[in-house]
Amino acid sequence: MNQQHHLQQLSDIKQMMERSTRFLSLSGLSGIASGITGLIGAFIARSWMKSYYSDYDAVGRVDAAAFLELKVKLIVLAICTLVVAVGVGAIFTYRRPEVNKQTFFSPIFKKITINLMIPLVTGGIFIAALITHDRNFEVLVAPTCLVFYGLALLNISKYMVSDIKYLALVEILLGLLNMFFLRNGIYFWMIGFGFMHIIYGASMWWKYERKGSVN
Amino acid sequence: MNPIGNLNKIFESRIRLGVMSILMVNEDVNFNDLKQMLEATDGNLASHLTTLEENGFIKVHKGFIGRKTNTTYSITKAGEKAFKSHLAALEDMIKFSK
Repeated sequence: MNQQHHLQQLSDIKQMMERSTRFLSLSGLSGIASGITGLIGAFIARSWMKSYYSDYDAVGRVDAAAFLELKVKLIVLAICTLVVAVGVGAIFTYRRPEVNKQTFFSPIFKKITINLMIPLVTGGIFIAALITHDRNFEVLVAPTCLVFYGLALLNISKYMVSDIKYLALVEILLGLLNMFFLRNGIYFWMIGFGFMHIIYGASMWWKYERKGSVN
Repeated sequence: MNPIGNLNKIFESRIRLGVMSILMVNEDVNFNDLKQMLEATDGNLASHLTTLEENGFIKVHKGFIGRKTNTTYSITKAGEKAFKSHLAALEDMIKFSK
């Protein structure tokens, strides 16, 4: 009888802890998968840009039509990469056994989504506006992505006990550094969205998910 | 030694135990979120929170979001310690009675 009561208390504790923190159980594998998707996208983008520039060097003048085509192709690629990255991220997280429907209605999940989306959508609109201008603002796209993404992560880090704060700070730092080396945006982007996600995902997986242990 | 001595009477209540469990793994939680997660009523939760605060187990931060009050709670060092020894005592109890 008494033992029953103590077991009940322990299971209450466990349940409360899990229910209130499930929002942070983004799988580390999600991070790795999104990072790899980002890298693939960036490599495709780089090869397109390279071929554009080699054509440009051959002709020796700016071909407005070719530039516009490249721009449209890159925008479509960026959207596809984003969709796939979020998709694979969601799949790996959703497959985690302790994630259930209730997770997505918990008050904290809602709060995190709002706090994440405000800086992200601001950044998205900011970038969309940048590329509509005909002033070579394209070089600003990568640093803007990184800075807004970092700020968005920082904004939600206070709701998470995990190490996402450090990822956020690294992203912001990369974005700011990129502002001083504008022509190398693609490399900063690869580091920030590709490698950093892979590293972060791997370390999360190592710390919390290895051999099925959920911290 | 009798392990029952280490069980904390304050954590007997399901709500108080729940509050402590949630605050162990979340830095700050506001009143409404606690209420939703514990499925408690305003008055009930408030009185349990007062008990925990009076015992120095939790800290209360009163803030505002616009004009609405936003009260958040976090665990204190003493609270963490008390909760951990309560957990250990529970585990001992279960081991003993086997």
